[in-house]
Amino acid sequence: MSMRKAGKALSLAIALGVATEWAYGRAEGPQLGRTLSPQEIDSIGINVFPDGSGLPPGGGTAAQGQAVYEGKCASCHGPKGLGGSAEELAGGQHSLTSDAPDKTVGIYWPYATTIFDFVRRSMPLDAPRSLSDDEVYAVTAYLLFLNGIIDRDREMNAQSLPKLEMPNRHGFISIFELEQTR
Amino acid sequence: MRPADDLGTDHSSPEPADETIDRRAFLQRGLSLGGAAALAGVGLDSRAEVSLPPWMTQPGKPFSNYGQPSPHEKATIRWISSNAAVPGNGISWTPLHNLEGMITPNGLHFERHHNGVPQIDPARHRLYLHGLVGRPLSLGVEDLLRYPMVSRLCFIECGGNSNTGWNQEPVQAAAGNLHGLVSCSEWTGVPLAVVLDESGLLPEAEWLVAEGADAAAMNVSIPVSAALDDALLALYQNGERLRPENGYPLRLVIPGWEGVLNVKWLRRLQAATQPVMARNETAKYTELLPSGKARQFTFVMDAKSLITSPSPGSHLTTPGHYPITGLAWSGRGVIKRVEISTDGGKTWAEASLQQPVLPQCWTRFRLPWRWDGSPAILKSRATDETGYVQPERATLVAGRGRHGYFHYNAIVSWAVTREGSIEHVYA
Repeated sequence: MSMRKAGKALSLAIALGVATEWAYGRAEGPQLGRTLSPQEIDSIGINVFPDGSGLPPGGGTAAQGQAVYEGKCASCHGPKGLGGSAEELAGGQHSLTSDAPDKTVGIYWPYATTIFDFVRRSMPLDAPRSLSDDEVYAVTAYLLFLNGIIDRDREMNAQSLPKLEMPNRHGFISIFELEQTR
Repeated sequence: MRPADDLGTDHSSPEPADETIDRRAFLQRGLSLGGAAALAGVGLDSRAEVSLPPWMTQPGKPFSNYGQPSPHEKATIRWISSNAAVPGNGISWTPLHNLEGMITPNGLHFERHHNGVPQIDPARHRLYLHGLVGRPLSLGVEDLLRYPMVSRLCFIECGGNSNTGWNQEPVQAAAGNLHGLVSCSEWTGVPLAVVLDESGLLPEAEWLVAEGADAAAMNVSIPVSAALDDALLALYQNGERLRPENGYPLRLVIPGWEGVLNVKWLRRLQAATQPVMARNETAKYTELLPSGKARQFTFVMDAKSLITSPSPGSHLTTPGHYPITGLAWSGRGVIKRVEISTDGGKTWAEASLQQPVLPQCWTRFRLPWRWDGSPAILKSRATDETGYVQPERATLVAGRGRHGYFHYNAIVSWAVTREGSIEHVYA
């Protein structure tokens, strides 16, 4: 068992009696799982990691992404990534140490890959999973362009996207790690 | 383990109590008062005739397949706050101020949805495990129902609960509508460790990326250590199958950790060496500090308490006896002590903790109180088994600033006015 909750093991054991054996993984499962095929994994595995693993083939530029954004994103996020009913994505004026910090993509988000991961899985809210991978790359590029991070014609793809260093890349402190190492 | 920045300070045993909340004094005086009241009652009512209520003179209603609350309890509902443009994106609050005990009824468990409540056919729902595992697996709900199960009573609290506390001015609302993004249930399901064991989790796997089967395909990263410790693949909530809004047919439960990690409608777990750095663990659910740096992976919900009665919306009609009660909880273990102040924090008295007192679970506290009719400020302060003491608001804001948005757990103050109404104050 990890150190995380070492203190509570005893009280849990008293509360749950013998069942606690299972709580720490010592019970045998009945092995009812079916083995997933590589094709099945490919079709469900949509996580995109900061190192770029999980990014699909394809690509797009801000110039291409502007049309996607204006057609499918602007109604909630505003014409240039701000001023809509949804959260601000671009156009932030106030730094993270100001009285009213703007947590836009350019000011707050630490990884560019997060944009692709999130847009592909969740956006647009009224039709998630409706964008092609090229459209997701293009709209990702457009958001990066609106935030002044890339040029209008630079293609974002599986190689270029994870190489971008976002302005707030080093702005986070992992509390989990801090507590593990204390 | 104590929190990294540890704003909760150790402090010595409670200071001398305000005499209106000294339990022994109260009980003595309460007894004599009770005796007098009983005598007066006999005098007043002895000649009145008690009429039979109508429900005793005709047959009652027939049976029902699924019981509903009394029509007289229509005010005990979740208060909904969602995005007008996107009604499935928002929250609903548990009405803490209308509830008692330590279990939240299933229909009143708080909600946070990122894009609505999926209507899942359990026959078509699968749990997929892949990534750094020896054998990638697909499991159906019927399969999981045949696995060894355990039950666990614990709270689930949204990381954004109580976040109006960061505002400059105290918001006036019922206790549940300020602090009700927390609920407590008995969750029953399969220890995640059992299923991970079957899939042959590889030693280099440090994180599990969990994903829901909702329209947001909401994903977050969870350390493997937590998954192997006491995480549950929950199928049942308070004895019945999960409610759709709480993850039917399958949700992750990680006792004591922030709500977003308790992924609802759980569909997929990918074992990896690194976190995915999802939107909901970078842009959201991180707490910006005055330095410009932000706290990330703040998984544990620190100790917190609040008085649920009396609370805003209650009215103290005359001076006299009003029991103080409320809830305390800590993601780091059991609640050791809850103290109550009725004078804005000058003096404190220890409340009694109602059994059972369980780790990562709501603990109900109680203290009799005699209101003398003058203005009072009620506070509760929780201490958990690590020695962490729930901080005053000024301490929390001094340490974290006002732009962290998440993980607000400061002491809550309710002011009782001379007229007997209750207001939310910063004191």
